[in-house]
Amino acid sequence: MSYAIETLDLTRTFKKGKKKNNSKQPELIMALDKVNLTINSGELFGVLGPNGAGKTTLIKILSTLLLPTSGIGLVDGIDVAKYPEKVRKKINMVSGGEHSGYGILTVRENLWMFSQLYGMQTKVALQRIDELMKLLGMQEYARLKISKLSTGMRQKMNIIRGFVCDPQILFLDEPTLGLDVQISREVRKLIKSWVKENQEKTVLLTTHYMAEADELCDRVAIIDNGKVLACDSPSNLKTSLKQDAVFHIEVNLMLENIDRFNQIPGVRKFAYEHKPNTGRTDLKFILESDSYIAAVTEAIDNNGSKILSLSKTEPTLEDVFVSLCGRGLEDENRA
Amino acid sequence: MKTELKTNLKAIFGRAYVRLVGAHREPSWLISEALLPLLSTAAFVYVYKALKAPEEYTGFVILGGAMTAYWINVLWSMAAQFYWEKEMGNLQLYLVAPISRMAILLGMATGGFYLASTRAVFVFIVGSLIFKVNFVVISLGKLALIFFLTQVALYGLGMMFSSLFMLFGREAWHTTNLFQEPIYLLSGFFFPVKSLGFTIGLLASFIPLTLGLDGMRQLAFKGGKESGLLNVNLEIIALVILSIFFLIAAHYALKYMENMGKKEGRLTLRWQ
Repeated sequence: MSYAIETLDLTRTFKKGKKKNNSKQPELIMALDKVNLTINSGELFGVLGPNGAGKTTLIKILSTLLLPTSGIGLVDGIDVAKYPEKVRKKINMVSGGEHSGYGILTVRENLWMFSQLYGMQTKVALQRIDELMKLLGMQEYARLKISKLSTGMRQKMNIIRGFVCDPQILFLDEPTLGLDVQISREVRKLIKSWVKENQEKTVLLTTHYMAEADELCDRVAIIDNGKVLACDSPSNLKTSLKQDAVFHIEVNLMLENIDRFNQIPGVRKFAYEHKPNTGRTDLKFILESDSYIAAVTEAIDNNGSKILSLSKTEPTLEDVFVSLCGRGLEDENRA
Repeated sequence: MKTELKTNLKAIFGRAYVRLVGAHREPSWLISEALLPLLSTAAFVYVYKALKAPEEYTGFVILGGAMTAYWINVLWSMAAQFYWEKEMGNLQLYLVAPISRMAILLGMATGGFYLASTRAVFVFIVGSLIFKVNFVVISLGKLALIFFLTQVALYGLGMMFSSLFMLFGREAWHTTNLFQEPIYLLSGFFFPVKSLGFTIGLLASFIPLTLGLDGMRQLAFKGGKESGLLNVNLEIIALVILSIFFLIAAHYALKYMENMGKKEGRLTLRWQ
């Protein structure tokens, strides 16, 4: 059976520059490290990971913009490196924070122009553009030059551009990056309904927003340092932590020797985020069982810090990431 | 095959639309792109007049001044355009689309040709009227053919250059900058290229404008033949060869550079 997307030991390295020890061999960065994924047709698949995890590299390879160093990437069974022309007939791509288009043209004209790259009939293209603009509440911006659009509206236009040509497989690279809550919600709704209404369509979405992956995706691959650490449905990933106890604790200051908390008996994983504006620190503990929380609170107390709040929570994708990587996803992105 | 052709034709029209509409929405370009270039052309006319050069030299200059528009257009609005498209984030959208890269360039060329022609026609007509240029056209058919072949070869050369911009970005921009003025000299925009000597003239003939201008001058002005570098028929053959060569070379150069860019990861790398 042919998958909508399949990667076999997909690897990509980038040259960083010359090594410091005057070696002629350039230093290499491993952007993707033997990534194996299978994505079914009709699936909304998420790739979740911090900045620099390899998400965009994966999308660039699958959308024929980049060649893998080794391994194979297949889109609808077609090798992206060998037959990019055939792959391009089946795909489209939208990136977050994109500034594509021409300021001199209106939103509608820009979208029409991009539809022409897919050979769409003008009448069909304009009809579809109008429908999508209505769906995203952009009708009143149709005749506005894109140079006058806000970032959010511009991203909405980019999203519409991805859907206009009705591709078989759509790559969305951080589609809601930098958007406000309301616009992000509208964009997510559109993505969800498009896949639901078109059973044969596939979306590969990268994000570092856990809630987005949780809400949208049928399955999620958690990726870090170019490696796929886990791949399953969000509920199954969270279930894998069910036997553990997840605690969120807020303390009044930045703890000293904070990494020592990893060594407390019963602590499986530990992550923290210091908030300089309040001086407080959020701690997240994944414990082998509830009984170990006493040792944790004692350690905090011994550290001279005061617990402001303590709660036991249901595991989230963030907790899954912490359990796999030993650090929080949000902290990583903020850093 | 038929669908691919249709898609590429639509892509050409789509990309050309940006420039055609842009030209009408911001007509202020007419002043900088049409009126001002006439002034630099006029300066050369006055130099020849001051030196009491033969009458046909005024025509040579006006024709050169008009053709400059196409050279600038090819160099900056087509060859370098991939650099700007990359910076704007459009290049990756073009490269992901199921179309030939040459279709995009042809779209730019078509739109750019309209703008360049407006400038060229303005310089040509207004310059000819002001300086009372005397045309003695030997063969209108050959004149049109040479103009057409020059454009094909020139835009083919531009497409070849654009492959550099697809990969190298800013570095190639400087390279193109280096081309601008030397080609003004070598192509003989404002004087018969024969003045450079036969060998240099022949070497400069690799630039399509050199032969194009030389051929058109021979066919459009009295005394043009005497200052011509090669026989007009020979120049037509050479231009046909150059047209085919540059178009094929552009096709392979674009393919090669795109592949190299995909290997090195520089195809969509901005702010190089």
